[in-house]
Amino acid sequence: MSIDWNTYPCEDFYDELVAAPGQGREAFAGFLDDLKALGSDELVARQEAAEVAIKAMGITFTVYSDEGGAIDRAWPFDIIPRIIPKSDWDRVEAGLKQRVQALNLFIDDLYHDQRIIEEGVFPAAVLAKSANFRPQCVGVDPPLGIWAHICGSDLVRDADGTIYVLEDNLRVPSGVSYMLENRLVTKRVFPELFEHYAPLPVDDYPSQLFDTLAALSPRPADYPQVVVLTPGIYNSAYFEHAYLAQQMGCELVEGRDLFVDTDDCVYMRTVDGPKQVDVIYRRVDDLFLDPEVFRPDSTLGVPGLMRAWTVGTVALANAPGAGVADDKVVYAFVPEIIKFYLDADPILPNVPTYRCMDPESLAYTLDHMERLVVKPANESGGYGMLIGPASTSAERAQFAQLIQADPRNYISQPALKLSTVPTIVGRGLEPRHVDLRPFILSADRQQVTMGGLTRVALRKGSLVVNSSQGGGSKDTWIVPD
Amino acid sequence: MLSRVAENIYWLGRHVERAENAARVVAVNANLLMDLPRGIAPGWRPLVDITGANAQFETDYQDYDEGNVVHFLLGDNRNPGSILSALEAARETCRTIRDFLPREVWEVLNELYLYARDQLHRGMTKSGRHAYLKSIILGAQGIHGLLSGTMLHDQGYEFLHLGRYLERADMTTRIIDVRSANLLPHETTELKPYETIQWVSVLRSLSAYQAYRRSEQVRVQREPVLRFLFQHQEFPRAVCYCIDASRQSLEQLPRNEAALRVAGRLRRNLEAAEPWRFDQQQLHAHVDVLQLAIGELHEEIARTWFPPPLVLDVAA
Repeated sequence: MSIDWNTYPCEDFYDELVAAPGQGREAFAGFLDDLKALGSDELVARQEAAEVAIKAMGITFTVYSDEGGAIDRAWPFDIIPRIIPKSDWDRVEAGLKQRVQALNLFIDDLYHDQRIIEEGVFPAAVLAKSANFRPQCVGVDPPLGIWAHICGSDLVRDADGTIYVLEDNLRVPSGVSYMLENRLVTKRVFPELFEHYAPLPVDDYPSQLFDTLAALSPRPADYPQVVVLTPGIYNSAYFEHAYLAQQMGCELVEGRDLFVDTDDCVYMRTVDGPKQVDVIYRRVDDLFLDPEVFRPDSTLGVPGLMRAWTVGTVALANAPGAGVADDKVVYAFVPEIIKFYLDADPILPNVPTYRCMDPESLAYTLDHMERLVVKPANESGGYGMLIGPASTSAERAQFAQLIQADPRNYISQPALKLSTVPTIVGRGLEPRHVDLRPFILSADRQQVTMGGLTRVALRKGSLVVNSSQGGGSKDTWIVPD
Repeated sequence: MLSRVAENIYWLGRHVERAENAARVVAVNANLLMDLPRGIAPGWRPLVDITGANAQFETDYQDYDEGNVVHFLLGDNRNPGSILSALEAARETCRTIRDFLPREVWEVLNELYLYARDQLHRGMTKSGRHAYLKSIILGAQGIHGLLSGTMLHDQGYEFLHLGRYLERADMTTRIIDVRSANLLPHETTELKPYETIQWVSVLRSLSAYQAYRRSEQVRVQREPVLRFLFQHQEFPRAVCYCIDASRQSLEQLPRNEAALRVAGRLRRNLEAAEPWRFDQQQLHAHVDVLQLAIGELHEEIARTWFPPPLVLDVAA
């Protein structure tokens, strides 16, 4: 079967590769012809080769089922890359740096003077109901004043081509290992296209991450002892924890490998005896970090860890309590937060957001639910949402009750027309919706990944890109204009 | 190096070795049975005896026929000594220490596990069994080769060695124990020719036949075979060699005094005994003593270097 770009549907949505029927985007216009020249049989063969490579490389993620416990699934991947011209990306990168800088100032302020509340920009009531504000962190000064060292922000593009920030993940954002692995697989399956378009490299992320973490070390030594703390092999992102530790040359530790001694320093148990730890890249949620302070039944954490962090003998990334800015209601205030701390307008816009805590927004949301996406403040992974256009009236009625019972906990946004990318379906190419998660590192300086993880909803018409719910991913190319 | 990682890498060594040994034992038995007359052939039961898992076997199977025993040893996931269970355990262990091992090791082990699982039906047929088992043995050797050729030869490598050689020493003693017990009831002259075949099969299940021939230059019979398998210092599956290799690894580790003492005692015990003079019962008792000593060495290694067992603090 041959590929005909003239019949490829690209008019209702913004397609990342196809500008108009038969016509590619300007910065990489030849790409459509290159795919056509390969032909769909060859593309399908390469897709199969990629799947074999993924299986052999053991790239997996874990899903949970009621009967079978945890199951390891091969990582679903589509070989057709999503491409962004460098000039567009520069603006996105600047916008992300600005945003994360402001969010870090905001978190630090919340745990100290709370100027932003005092000056009436951010309502105290929102903070009072925040599920991720940790009173135990008040007054703590983490190294460099930074709380969210690793941030994963989700970007989407609407029908008119505007790129919006959909949410910020400041707790334990995952996905970066898949970004790196996707690139390895793509190099194997498209060597000739890769050479020709020369996408900018992403592979230096592990060393950037290591430098970011090392910069936090409380002991100014040449080789700070940096470790990655994982909940263990049954965590859905375990593959990534192991991968990053390996790439950084760090120990991958579990809670039981660490202990806090009477000197309030953190040590790991080694074959040679105890060894002091300087920086912990923790992939364990706040509430499981330290059974002495948070959940007493947690076996994933380390008793005394918060004590060590508070006195500054160990650095934690991200800092406990950073999730306070991860809240979807806080999200709605980010433009004001940027204005307040940086005295600047946001470079990257938020999706227009109705905060149900405002009576007018609440009324609007309840009246227009079939056109809106309704999200609770503190859920992630696409759980607990109502997608208005795809909902039944019973579901809407149920959500109306939930919202009215706790308006502070909900926001609503117009259902965006997420952009598409050609994706292999059967033996041909069809548009599928995508988002993009770049990763922003902050310590003594800020760095943004070159592109990020493009997630794709593999089911026709679906907008849900989460891997736990039938999503896959693509390689993301930033190409010189 | 983390204590937990040391423990996992030790078990990785043991499980890969266990899978290989199980494959060898099945392969050789299949061969042996073809050479023995029906009436005296020991059948398939001794293979289960070697693993010591008879209780488990008998709850799940009616009788020790070929199909049952082969399935039990190749693909039964309720039998922790089956090839599939051992590879699955090795793979799970490897997953937890992926950051520590060269990436190719995980890829090869993952492929070997998937092969063992997906091609099990071939291993269950008489015609496909040989190729299946050969792939398992070569795969396991490949993993060891890859580790030896690509991994840092640091403390972790010593723990890998310890796991491999303790498992191997244990298996060699089990094979000697069970296989010699099944040998022919004393000196019945008309069956004499078959005795040689059985001792040859003992050697073959340890890939020891050629080495024995080159090194001993006497015909295959009980006394020199037992001497060779217990005490040879150059054949890598002989018990003595395995214990010496373990001791060399222990020498490289910190805080090794207690473990070295246990290993030294085991070594002296091996050297002092002359098992070829034992009758069957004495031989069995000797093997028991050795296995207990190997177990004791494992306990000492765990006490010295592995993390304390996870105890949930119920009060908290």
